[in-house]
Formats: sequence, C-alpha cells, structure tokens
Amino acid sequence: MSGEHTSSAVAARVRRLEERLIGEGLVTDGELDAVLTAVLEGASPLNGARVVARAWSDAGFRERLLADANAALPEVGLSMAGGLQEQRLKVVANTAGHHNVLVCTLCSCYPVALLGPSPSWYKSEAYRSRVVREPRAVLAEFGLELPDGQEITVWDSSAESRYMVLPRRPAGTGDLTEEQLAELVTREGLIGTAAL
Amino acid sequence: MSEPVAVRFAPGDRVRTRAVDPDRHTRLPAYARGRTGRVLAVTGSWPLADDVARRRAEPRVEPVYTVVFAARDLWGEGEHDVTLDLWQSYLERPEGTGDGPGPYGRKKEAVS
Repeated sequence: MSGEHTSSAVAARVRRLEERLIGEGLVTDGELDAVLTAVLEGASPLNGARVVARAWSDAGFRERLLADANAALPEVGLSMAGGLQEQRLKVVANTAGHHNVLVCTLCSCYPVALLGPSPSWYKSEAYRSRVVREPRAVLAEFGLELPDGQEITVWDSSAESRYMVLPRRPAGTGDLTEEQLAELVTREGLIGTAAL
Repeated sequence: MSEPVAVRFAPGDRVRTRAVDPDRHTRLPAYARGRTGRVLAVTGSWPLADDVARRRAEPRVEPVYTVVFAARDLWGEGEHDVTLDLWQSYLERPEGTGDGPGPYGRKKEAVS
C-alpha cells in the first residue's frame, strides 16, 4: 500500500534510481545530498509549533500569517524556500465554529519544512480517500469529536500550495510564555486531526 | 517555460471542473470532475502539472485557484466543504460560455 514509503524495498529502489542518475552524469551524489539536507535539516513539527505559539501571543503576527504566510514566516526565522523552489503556504485558522483538516488525496503533499516528515497514516489510502468524504467520522476515529453544527473544511493539497492548521489556543493558557505555548502544539493539531 | 496565461477567474466566481477523464497524468482528482464550486483565491501561476509530467519542453504556465466545493455537490451528501487547488484549464464557467479548448485538446461543443 501507499503508506510504505519507508520500507526497505522502496529505499533500495530509490538508491538504484540515484545510482542510475549519477552514473549517467545527470546529477552528483553531492548535489543530491545538498538538496536533501536543505529540505530536511531542521524540518520538524517544532517549527510549526513555534509559528502557532507566536500567532497565539501576537495578534498582529496572526493577522499577517493568515493573510500571507510566506511573508510572515521570516519573522520567526522560517521560510518555505528550503526546496528547489519556494512553496506557497496557506495557514487556515480553527475557530469555535469552524474546523480545518488537511489531506493530499492524489499523493502525499505535506508542509515538510514546518511539520517534518509526514506520519504514515497521512499517506494511507484509507485516510486520503475517507477524510474528503466523511471527515466527521474520520476525526472521531482520531478521538476528535466535533460538536454538531461545527463547520468543517477539508483542504486537499492538489497543486503547489501547502497548508498548515492554526489550532485554537487551549483555555487556561493565558499565563504561559511563547516557549511554553509551543510545547502544547502537536503535529496532529497542525494537520487538524486533533484539537489541543 | 511559456509566458503565463492571463488570469480568467476571480474570488467568488462560480466555476465548473471539466468532466473529461484523460488517459495520462493530471492533478484534477476524479472525485471532483464535472463539479461546480466557487473560487476562494488565486494562488499564483505555476507550470501545468499535466505538461510537466509529459515532459513538454515548454509547459503551459497557468493560474492556479483554490476552489471550494460543498460536500453535497461532490458526494450527494455531507455538510462539510472540500477545497482543491486547480489549474485554470481544469475550469470553465458553469454556463459554458467564453472558454477555449481545455487541457485535453477537446474543443467545446457549440452552444445551440
């Protein structure tokens, strides 16, 4: 199934492909390493958590982030330009009446720079095919029971944009520092399959 | 790379996705073909994925729109919304007026 991206068979195929490309002189090992390092170095959900903590703490940043995330990210020392070309990022905010959840039904597009490598369930056929059809039932299986009447938007990243959910700030966290707030943010919260 | 194609739709516009099932790579998911939605945002212009996959030397560069669909219009049921990012040539105006050929090389039928 499509969730087996990390299986050794796939890894071996990737390595054989790399060797062919290197053998044909189309790319060097150094170039491949440089791209992979640039993409993956520091790619972690801790980045997304820092963005969320800043948005919870600074209303101006929240507004700028929701209006143009690519322009706002440098304020927290991040960018979407780590890969071959800068990706557009759209941050979607959960509110009391509206919940957002992310998917890529065609493959496994994911904001790696802000969330790190994606979880295997995100790449599974079951999640990809079902969450666009019955998000309320899928979220309930994740343990997230949304109240009746809460609107749900499923963002299917089918082209060049990547998405991140801005979760609601948990109640009773008014005294916390930005660093403490960041510790409350989970990867599932940034995908929209959990509340915080 | 080709010169970017002019932007045809604006946020709020109703659009209908083309219903054709091409025999090659495309980024218009099958579940959203021939469906009507509303443009939420113009996200910029990007090389058309269909052309890139076919290794066309000069892929068309088209506006990509975030389009929101009501679940009921996709599945016949459900209260939620689904958004997709779609290249311009995947879309036409619901009335079927004023569009040229689609990405699959098929001319529109004449309106009688």
